[in-house]
Amino acid sequence: MLMAAIPLAGALLLLVPPRRLLPGDTAVRRYGLGVSGATLLAALYALAAFDYSAPSRMQFEVDRAWAPAIGLRFHLGADGISLPLVVLTALLTFLCFVHLVRHPPAGGSARLLTALLLLLEIGLLGTFVALDMVLFFVFFEVVLIPMYLVIAQWGGPGRRAAAYKFILYTLLGSGLLLAGMLLVAVNAGTLDMTALAAGHEVARGVQIVAFLLMGLGFAIKAPMWPLHTWLPDAHTEAPTVGSVLLAGVLLKMGTYGLVRVAVPAAPEGAEFWAPYLGLLAVIGIVYGALACLAQRDLKRMIAFSSVGHMGFVLLGIATLTPVGINAALFGNIAHGLITGLLFFLAGAIKDRYGTGDLDALGSGMLGSAPRLASFLTFASIASLGLPGLAGFWGEMLALVGAYRPHSGLPRGTFIAFMAVAALGAVLTAAYFLRLLAKITHGPRTAGSPVAAISAHEYAAWTPLIALILLVGLWPKTLLDVTTAPVRALFGGG
Amino acid sequence: MIASTALVILLPFAAAFAGFLFGPRLSRPLRNGPAVLACAPVAAAAVLAAVVAFAVWRTPGARTGTLSMIPTGGVDIAIGLQVDGLAALVGLMVCCVALAVQIYSIAYMAGDPRYSSYAAFVSLFTAAMLLVVYAGDLLLLYVGWEVMGVCSYFLIGHHWEDRANSRAAVKAFLVTRLGDVGFLLGIIVLGVGAGTFEIDGVLGRVGTLPDATVTAAALLLLAGVAGKSAQFPLHTWLPDAMAGPTPISALIHAATMVAAGIYVVARLYPAFLAAPAALTVLGLLAVISMVGAALAALAQDDLKRVLAYSTVSQLAVMAAGLAVGADTGAVFHLLTHGAFKALLFLAAGCVITVAGSNMLRDYGGLRQNMPLTFWSMTIGLAALAGVPPASGWLSKDAVIEGAQHTALHGGEIPGAAAWIVYLGLLATVALTAAYAMRAWLMTFFGEPRGSYEIREAPPLMSWPVAALAVPAAVLGFFGLGAAELRPHVGAALIGLVFLLLGGGAAFLVWNRDPALDPARVLGPARPAFARAFYVDEAYAYAVAAPIRALARRVVAFDTRGIDALAVGAARGTRRLSGPLRIPQNGNPQTYLTGLLAGVVIITAGVVIFL
Repeated sequence: MLMAAIPLAGALLLLVPPRRLLPGDTAVRRYGLGVSGATLLAALYALAAFDYSAPSRMQFEVDRAWAPAIGLRFHLGADGISLPLVVLTALLTFLCFVHLVRHPPAGGSARLLTALLLLLEIGLLGTFVALDMVLFFVFFEVVLIPMYLVIAQWGGPGRRAAAYKFILYTLLGSGLLLAGMLLVAVNAGTLDMTALAAGHEVARGVQIVAFLLMGLGFAIKAPMWPLHTWLPDAHTEAPTVGSVLLAGVLLKMGTYGLVRVAVPAAPEGAEFWAPYLGLLAVIGIVYGALACLAQRDLKRMIAFSSVGHMGFVLLGIATLTPVGINAALFGNIAHGLITGLLFFLAGAIKDRYGTGDLDALGSGMLGSAPRLASFLTFASIASLGLPGLAGFWGEMLALVGAYRPHSGLPRGTFIAFMAVAALGAVLTAAYFLRLLAKITHGPRTAGSPVAAISAHEYAAWTPLIALILLVGLWPKTLLDVTTAPVRALFGGG
Repeated sequence: MIASTALVILLPFAAAFAGFLFGPRLSRPLRNGPAVLACAPVAAAAVLAAVVAFAVWRTPGARTGTLSMIPTGGVDIAIGLQVDGLAALVGLMVCCVALAVQIYSIAYMAGDPRYSSYAAFVSLFTAAMLLVVYAGDLLLLYVGWEVMGVCSYFLIGHHWEDRANSRAAVKAFLVTRLGDVGFLLGIIVLGVGAGTFEIDGVLGRVGTLPDATVTAAALLLLAGVAGKSAQFPLHTWLPDAMAGPTPISALIHAATMVAAGIYVVARLYPAFLAAPAALTVLGLLAVISMVGAALAALAQDDLKRVLAYSTVSQLAVMAAGLAVGADTGAVFHLLTHGAFKALLFLAAGCVITVAGSNMLRDYGGLRQNMPLTFWSMTIGLAALAGVPPASGWLSKDAVIEGAQHTALHGGEIPGAAAWIVYLGLLATVALTAAYAMRAWLMTFFGEPRGSYEIREAPPLMSWPVAALAVPAAVLGFFGLGAAELRPHVGAALIGLVFLLLGGGAAFLVWNRDPALDPARVLGPARPAFARAFYVDEAYAYAVAAPIRALARRVVAFDTRGIDALAVGAARGTRRLSGPLRIPQNGNPQTYLTGLLAGVVIITAGVVIFL
């Protein structure tokens, strides 16, 4: 578990006063690039060393006593469910640092930003590999403060309010989450997530309450309608790197938590709440799409599109079937790649045109900045779920899952969900096409020439584009890894 | 065999990929780099498709090959192809039309700064259609199906500077996607029900599925078919798609996209046969589409729109054929239609290039100086109208024959529906002859009405047109080999009578004054026909406007409703903190009073309750 250790060491080193180490912003940025690059290498090493013949087994395990008096263990490990997210986190953080080398946001010292982003990476990686409930919670919380500071320090004009809203909302969620996790843990007598997933004897009532608490905690993070209102503000105000990590990885903590913690720890509770989860997920899909359709700000629109896409992920989870959970895991990765790219592009557009307002951006971007507009078109098409690109498979599998949900769930209701979610996909296409028609088509708006795309931007975007194509054209890469552990989770059902 | 089939798909795909990646830079090493990249792979694919078709013809039977299975946790997805007679024929047709379009485009799009991206999208479009044709798995088919949709979006909107093109592109994608959602759900219902997405497996298990499941799946699939093949009520995108460059119209209308819908029904025909209700719906929609579109074609001023509505109408003829059980005839018509419609659009492109206008009123008298275009278009229009012995006559006749048989002797669908289909087909024959005659006369005969110089189009454009004229004329005779496609005297004669009625009427009206539009006799009905019965307006009023209004409501509700609730909760907490602070004011006297009061209350409680 070298991965988490590298950014930790890197962040700690930055505590050394600037006079002693790495004077100057450029050096710090290069340093950040190096540290996150090393982390990415470690993640890629894990990817290479992972035993693909047994993806449902926990690998690279670390299991040490931490606070034996209360049974806390420092237990880390990765299986097929967490591995893709670990790699995604390392990749997106690295790409953010690549982007930062040339395009630092205004607002504060590069040193602090680098340290915060590394700290954020620790929290994210830790969340995805933690196998002890309290440890999971610790990492889950580690993420909040750096993100709060990134928004509050480097954000747009309304950053203070957005940052407050973000932290208050998510802290509320964390409180509920902790209560729910402890409720299960105390009743089951263990904090170890692998042991909980293997089966336990907890009363149904306790499970229902526990799943509600944990579910609310994770749902705020995901975010699920109607607990989403922190998200548009946070995404819109955050600097580009903040938005990318927020949408690309942070949201996934919620859905990952549902799959890894809430559903295995309280399966009967999950079964009780699944129809409600599905209902809210479907409302989120349609609501997010409609909200996008009337949105006037580019970043806000992408933020609302996240509500819709995460709706598909939540719907997948709500079906409680291997297909549905697979859909959720696939959707997580696809959304991370695509929305990460979209926010990079939105940032680039905002840098160049000085505004994210769709009316003020004018029209004819394909004429004034053909490359940038082509990238935006690609990302939008990927996001609206075109088969052959990453976004499609998650949505499609979620629909398959909803058509035949877990045997304990009301099938008719879920078929209705399926139909509504599918119509939501049409609305998704509608708002992305509206966006493209509005700003990339039409006669060229007169104005100063637009800066070309820099080498660093290319470097940050190309891996995402390549992965969107790879995962989209050959979904087996991802499904091969996730299917076995998901089946193990549900006993093949 | 399967490997060469895969190559047929992969060659245009690779060409598209290379086109996007290298783009105009290719013209540096080689002046015609992008054009060579566009044409050579599809030419090779056409040769391979011909080889595949020949092999299937020699030894009939389906061949399947699976490269890999994708686990999903439920029903697995197979990455595999399947070639049978139907797929091999349609695949060959797609490759040939795509090749003609690519060659034609070199001249038509000469000087376009974005030619390389255009050619790449055409290649991708071709690859996607070929994937639909050869796919061995329903979800793989769906991938090609949707990729085609997005390619049509890009190609229709190729000249995006003009808002009208942009709107047409968005409309094409959204309307077809609405249908595609149904299609995807249909695939899911069918695939999950059968426990496999492989087409062979699904069709093999259709008989064991409950009727309700098959009917639901077939109806859902029909939504997608109606979207892609531009059938009522999802036909409205097709006439607007004329905004794209003319070769694209040829590609979309003849070989890809619209053909896909009919092809899929033919491909999954056993599933539709098991759901007579779906076949009836298909037949009725087809009648509405064919008659309505033919009436609309009669009143159009724009040559390309005449052809567009004729496509809707002809596709409906195929759909009707499928509905009445004449599936061979329908597929036969699909092939001949591919040939003559590609010919018609490319020839129309020649006319438009020369005249600089799409409007019929600007043409006239083009016969003398454009002999190649004139004769090609004459063959094309004759095939469209079904004049013997052009290809369209034999294939359309096979469909009419099938409808007549079903109406008289019964079949899969109820007798009343079969009669409606049969009468609709006959009416369409007359209307088709009328609008084809009108377009032919107004374009090539009478006095020239424009001020441009009339000359033949460049050879790269006129020769593919002339080449397509050959299959448009003779393709029909290949059908004589199959018993069910041979014309029968009775049905053929009735068809001919209607043909003469329609064509003759149009000629007589035109002959009264060749300078005027024969459509004038439609009188007050003409605006309604020209606007295609206001279906667009109905959609704008009933669908688009409410959704926009709802979207605005949602945004308002989000800030004023949900968010205000969250923010309000925070404000409320803060306000609550005000009164709660009052006791904590730091005054010891208050604290002591509170303490004493507490003691008194506790004591009193103990005394009273114990």
